[in-house]
Amino acid sequence: MSMARLERRAAMATLLSDRGEDLLVVPGLGSTCWDLAAAGDNDRNFYLWGAMGGAAMIGLGLALAQPAKRVAVITGDGEMLMGLGSLATIGIQKPPNLAVIVFDNGVYGETGMQPSHTQARDLGGVDLLKVAAGCGIEPCLDVQDQAGLDGLAGRLKSLNGTLFARVLIEAVDPPRVLPERDGVVLKRRFRAAIGL
Amino acid sequence: MSAPVIDWPDRLYDTFKRAGIRQVGYVPDAGHARLIDRCRADPEIRDVVLTTEEEGVALAAGAWLGGERAALLMQSSGLGNCINMLSLARSCRFPLLMLITMRGEWEEFNPWQEPMGSIVEPVLKLCEAEIFRARKPDEVEGLAERAVQTVFGDERIAALVLSQELIGKKVWTK
Repeated sequence: MSMARLERRAAMATLLSDRGEDLLVVPGLGSTCWDLAAAGDNDRNFYLWGAMGGAAMIGLGLALAQPAKRVAVITGDGEMLMGLGSLATIGIQKPPNLAVIVFDNGVYGETGMQPSHTQARDLGGVDLLKVAAGCGIEPCLDVQDQAGLDGLAGRLKSLNGTLFARVLIEAVDPPRVLPERDGVVLKRRFRAAIGL
Repeated sequence: MSAPVIDWPDRLYDTFKRAGIRQVGYVPDAGHARLIDRCRADPEIRDVVLTTEEEGVALAAGAWLGGERAALLMQSSGLGNCINMLSLARSCRFPLLMLITMRGEWEEFNPWQEPMGSIVEPVLKLCEAEIFRARKPDEVEGLAERAVQTVFGDERIAALVLSQELIGKKVWTK
């Protein structure tokens, strides 16, 4: 059984449409970082060019520090797998303003499409929804089609609890859209954008 | 002769309060137990128990992006878990305050603590972290203050390294 998976650039654009000034976004390194840049540059994006496995924890620190703003971590399955423990840590903290969204295509797109642990999910591969649920995160949303994506985009507009979502996307490697890569610049412009 | 009262963890807590530390990440550690308890009891400090120390490096970066000051507590073995994530702090000049209790350097029963313990300071130097080494109880607070100034004043990485003598000998028989 194969179902048409979502296209990653369109999925990112849907999630960030009318994002508002209080949505802060942290992607993972690699493909989700390019997806975020492709959706339109924004000072409230903190692009990652490294720190693999750290995206969700950056999101946690940010969400705790800025309770009046919404924080979306939008990362890939490979990046999330490197930081699985952070789901356990987030499950304990449960800030009401944090969404961890994983674009899951079952491959490491940045390095040549090698299979990740989530690829053979139906055959015993890793199910990130079950991992997140097992860490006490609720809700854990399984997003497989446009209706699900629209629903997730709606929930992002007004978070009222830590949310986890897995978005099944196609295993394709669209052209890179490269954002600013000077970390100090990214940090300063982000802080300035939220009045720090 | 009674054992001296160990109060330097309370001085570290005082330093945290003066510095306005609002998030404290830690992997539970006997040497930091008192400080962890003080932080957990403080409603103004968010205590964040971590599964691995590298999570704390990312947590502190996120905190600073959001305008809060964080600290990261670990034992010497935990520094080894942080190395690649320290690239985040270095690349972006995130302030990172690490408090490291030493194992494997004094009256150590467990030889498995020695390999990482012996390279803590070289690793910190290679990562361009400023090192403040406290050997005696009465110097802990002053060095912690200097570490705080280095971290948040200069947006740098600094480590307060707490010698194993400060923590005392681990009792292995119950």
